[in-house]
Formats: sequence, C-alpha cells, structure tokens
Amino acid sequence: MNEMTTIQTAKVEEKLYQNRYLVDAGRPHIRVKPHEVPSAGLLAMIHLCPAGCYSVAESGQVELAADGCLECGTCRIVTKGTGEIEWNYPRGGFGVLYKFG
Amino acid sequence: MIDEKFDAIVVGAGPSGNAAALVMAREGLNVLQIERGEYSGSKNVQGAILYADALEQIIPDFREDAPLERHVIEQRMWTMDDRSHTGMHYRSDDFNEDKPNRYTILRAQFDKWFSAKVREAGALLLCETTVTELVRDLKGKVIGVQTDRQGAPIMADIVVLAEGVNGLVGQRSGLREEVSPDSVALAVKEMHFLPREVVEARFNLKGNEGVVIEAMGTITKGMTGTGFLYTNEESISVGIGCIVSDMTESEVTPYELLDAFKKHPSIRPLLEGSECKEYAAHLIPEGGYNAIPKLHGDGWLVVGDAGQFVNAVHREGSNLAMTTGRLAAETVIELHRKREEMSEANLKRYLARLEDTFVMKDLKKYKGIPALLHGNKGNFFGTYPQLISQAMQTWFRVDGVDKKSKEKAIMKNFRETRTLRGMLGDAFKLARAWR
Ligand SMILES: Cc1cc2nc3c(=O)[nH]c(=O)nc-3n(C[C@H](O)[C@H](O)[C@H](O)COP(=O)(O)OP(=O)(O)OC[C@H]3O[C@@H](n4cnc5c(N)ncnc54)[C@H](O)[C@@H]3O)c2cc1C
Ligand code: SF4
Repeated sequence: MNEMTTIQTAKVEEKLYQNRYLVDAGRPHIRVKPHEVPSAGLLAMIHLCPAGCYSVAESGQVELAADGCLECGTCRIVTKGTGEIEWNYPRGGFGVLYKFG
Repeated sequence: MIDEKFDAIVVGAGPSGNAAALVMAREGLNVLQIERGEYSGSKNVQGAILYADALEQIIPDFREDAPLERHVIEQRMWTMDDRSHTGMHYRSDDFNEDKPNRYTILRAQFDKWFSAKVREAGALLLCETTVTELVRDLKGKVIGVQTDRQGAPIMADIVVLAEGVNGLVGQRSGLREEVSPDSVALAVKEMHFLPREVVEARFNLKGNEGVVIEAMGTITKGMTGTGFLYTNEESISVGIGCIVSDMTESEVTPYELLDAFKKHPSIRPLLEGSECKEYAAHLIPEGGYNAIPKLHGDGWLVVGDAGQFVNAVHREGSNLAMTTGRLAAETVIELHRKREEMSEANLKRYLARLEDTFVMKDLKKYKGIPALLHGNKGNFFGTYPQLISQAMQTWFRVDGVDKKSKEKAIMKNFRETRTLRGMLGDAFKLARAWR
C-alpha cells in the first residue's frame, strides 16, 4: 500500500498543545449522561470529535474529558436525537482562546 | 448589573453581529452587544478569505487600518486523487488593483479590529458573557436576554441573533430547529508559519500578493467535503472539512484527514519546514437555501451563520454574514425612526431586503447542490477525481502509444467505471442544480 492510503495515526494531543485554553476547573461544560449502552452516534464521537475528547471505557460506556474541547458543537448535533449529552458553552471567558482563528 | 433598556441587543460579535451593531450604533441607536469570548474573535475560525465588497458597504475605508494579510491574485482549483492533482488556475495582474477584491485574513485579529470600530460607533460591548436565553413578555414577544452573569435580564426593543452556526439561544428558545448533521460540515484547520520570503518564493508572489487553493477529491475519502490552503503574510492556513453525517459513518478522525491532506505529494512541499502554531475546529452551515430557518418574529431577527447563510459552492460565508447583519440593522433603524413596533409583521421587511441581494439570489440558485453532492458523494469525491487523474496521465505520458488509442483508452475507462448513462445522468443533474 502506498503512503496515502494508510493514514498514520496523528496524535491529537500534540496539536491541542499548540492552543491556548482557560480551563474552568471542576466545571466541565459538556457532560455525558449516565448510560448503559451508548448509541451509534455517541460511539461515533470517539473518532469524530476533532479534539479527541471522547473515549470508551472497558465497561463499554462512553466517557468524556472536555479540557481540550474546541467548542465546535459536533457532539451536540450528532447526539441531539438521543439526548445522551448535556452541552453548554463554557462560562463566558473560559474555554479555547484562538490566537489566529 | 445593567438596568437600562436598549434599543437593540446583538448576541455575538462575529462578522454578522459586528456589522449589525456597527450600522445601528452609527445611526444613533443605543446598542448592547454581548460576546461569550474574551474578545471578539477569540472563538471564531475561518479559512479565511475576506470579500471586500460586503465590508466596503459598511466601512468604505477599511483598507486603511484593517489587519489584512494578502490580496488574492491567484485562485487554484484542484481535483485530487491520492498522488496527483489536476488544476485549474486563474492568476491575473488585474487583481493587483487599488482596491483589491479579496484578501486573506486571520479571524481573531480581524474580528478584534472590527469590534473596535463597533465600539467607536458607540455600541456597548460586553465580553466574557454568554447569553443563556431570551426573555419574552406574556404575549411571547422577545423583550430581552438573560446571561450567565448574575443579575436581572437585560431588556431591549429588539434582539438580533448573530450567534453563529450552533445557534443555541435561538434553538433553546424554540425559534428554530436544531441543525441536522447532514447540513453542516466539520472543518479542522492549522496555522503554519514560515518566513515571509519563503511564502513568496514558494507561491511566486511579490509584496502582499496571495494565492488560495481549493481542493476536492479522494482527500475526503469519499465524503462530501473540500480542502483548502491559503497564503497569509507569514503563514499558511491549511484545512479540510466534511459533512458531519458522512464523518459519523466513516471511521477516520478529522485530524487524520487533515494530516493526510498535509502529506499529499502536492501539498507537502508547500508546507515544508513550517511551524504549526494553532489547531482549530469549527462547523460550517452547508445546507443552503433549503436549510434556512425562520429569520424573524416579534422582537427578534437572525443574521449570519445562525440563519445558515453560507454559499458552500463558492466558499462564501463572512460576506453573507456581514450583508445580512447590515440589512437587519437597516430594517431596525427604519422601524426605530418611524417609531413603529418591532413586530413580526414589520420585521418582515428584513426578508424583502434579503430577497433583493446576492445573498438570497445565490442561495436560491444553488439550492439543489447540497443534496446532489451528498447523494452522489462516492462519484464526485472519489470516482471522478480518480478518472480525471488517470485520463490526464494517459494523455501526458509519452510511451509510443498513438493518440487515437489513448483517447479510446480514456473513454473506455470512464465508461467502464461509471457507465455512460451514469455520467450523462450526473452531468444532467449537475447542470440542473447549477442553473
Ligand atoms: C474552516 C472555515 C473556513 C471558512 N472559510 C471562509 C472563507 O474563506 N470566506 C468566507 O467568507 N467565509 C468562510 N467561512 C464561513 C465564515 O467563517 C462564517 O460564515 C462567518 O464567520 C459567520 O459569521 P457570524 O458572525 O454569523 O458567526 P460567527 O463568526 O461564528 O460569530 C458568532 C459569534 O457569537 C458568539 N456567540 C455565540 N453564542 C453566543 C452566546 N450565547 N452568547 C454570547 N456570544 C455568543 C461567538 O463567540 C462568536 O463570536 C469559513 C468557515 C470555516 C469554519
Ligand atoms: S464540542 Fe467539538 S471539540 Fe468539543 S467535545 Fe464536542 S465534538 Fe469535541
């Protein structure tokens, strides 16, 4: 296979490291509601979130660490039908701070 | 706490909100603008190409002090497969004019500059404050907003919602439906820094001249989407975006797509040696005309991305945002002067103003395109780009095969891969959607 068909796994943490954030410690603006089995949409967030905030626990539930969140809103739109997450903007002034945008 | 009543509250300080607030404040209205970011621009992401015309109508002499990166003299449109690109380039010295038509910008800096103009015009800006809901009277008319700061609601005759693509306030207040995953694209973007001379040498530029590249093809792995690369003064903006519902079904992450685009043999040399200083993500409303929600009601108007005002075919958004912001402001000013009520019936004049401009005319023209591309994504973003590349290679490679046989081989490849009927059907559908 040539280089273009095998995409190297990028480390999203390294990308996020370039960014400036003001983290609202202890007050995450997005929450995954307690669930037994995640919907297909919620599971898709594991690859879909551009900041890699979502992961799946060994027990099968989807977890979220919102510190690197880029506030795009994708997870909100994808799970709107199932209502599995509670999504708000960070409090005014907190969250990502784009230097260039 | 703010206990004064305003003529207008503008939610959001992107291009649509800044245009609306500036135009109203300049005409003497008492305007409060509320922005959740630390400053106007701190939450905003764009490619970014600025179309001068829309801004010129609001700030005619913007070129004097706006933070502009480069004026665009060359546009490259690329169809890409995994190892090649077939390009259509247009470069003209006519774009080196006194008042250039398109510029690259950095949104965080541009929005900050625009916001200073809004404040100079007399609007009050409240940053680091998120509007949480609309306040209504007993009849349901919007009369103000509640924010995440402690205190009573802030009142106004009209609330202009310039809150961008996510539009939480409008949605949570039941003014419009939630946007659907098949009508928004998720775009990721990086800022790559290089010395000014390197940018100029690499792209064959002098002074503040700039080049923009728009790309489609196998770079989006069969999903509906596009990639872009724009030259700034001392940096390059590179990004890629795909429709969210397509990305949900695929397995690939947005940053893998971006990294693969950056490693493409046609892109990699352009970024060689650069230092990445920011990684951003943002949604783009791409549903077009059919996705436009209700735009007015008793005491409220919607402008910019919150109203889905993006022409995805031409990658225009900020100009539609500024134009809709200006038209909303002009509607409000007229009613304010005549002391007429900000009622749904009176605010309908905003819609009439919109119909008269390129905004609605263009969105109507392309109303069939989003569904067409999405419904045929495998062909438009996979099969055709590959076929085009193969045809080009057959045609240009000199290997002793005669030209007639080459022509035949090319046609055969197209027919076998996509069938004549399929190709004619696609051409017909595209022509119809383009009308
Ligand atoms: C990657 C990318 C590339 C693009 N390229 C181009 C291009 O080259 N040319 C072009 O013309 N367009 C382009 N666009 C589109 C363009 O960026 C948008 O159309 C434009 O920014 C819309 O302006 P807006 O003011 O409506 O929304 P936004 O710019 O999103 O501004 C909304 C503002 O409201 C604030 N806000 C939201 N909710 C609240 C709240 N509840 N309380 C307080 N404040 C709030 C936000 O913080 C933000 O400042 C691109 C978009 C993306 C994502
Ligand atoms: S808003 Fe965007 S970046 Fe933040 S968690 Fe959701 S998908 Fe990830």
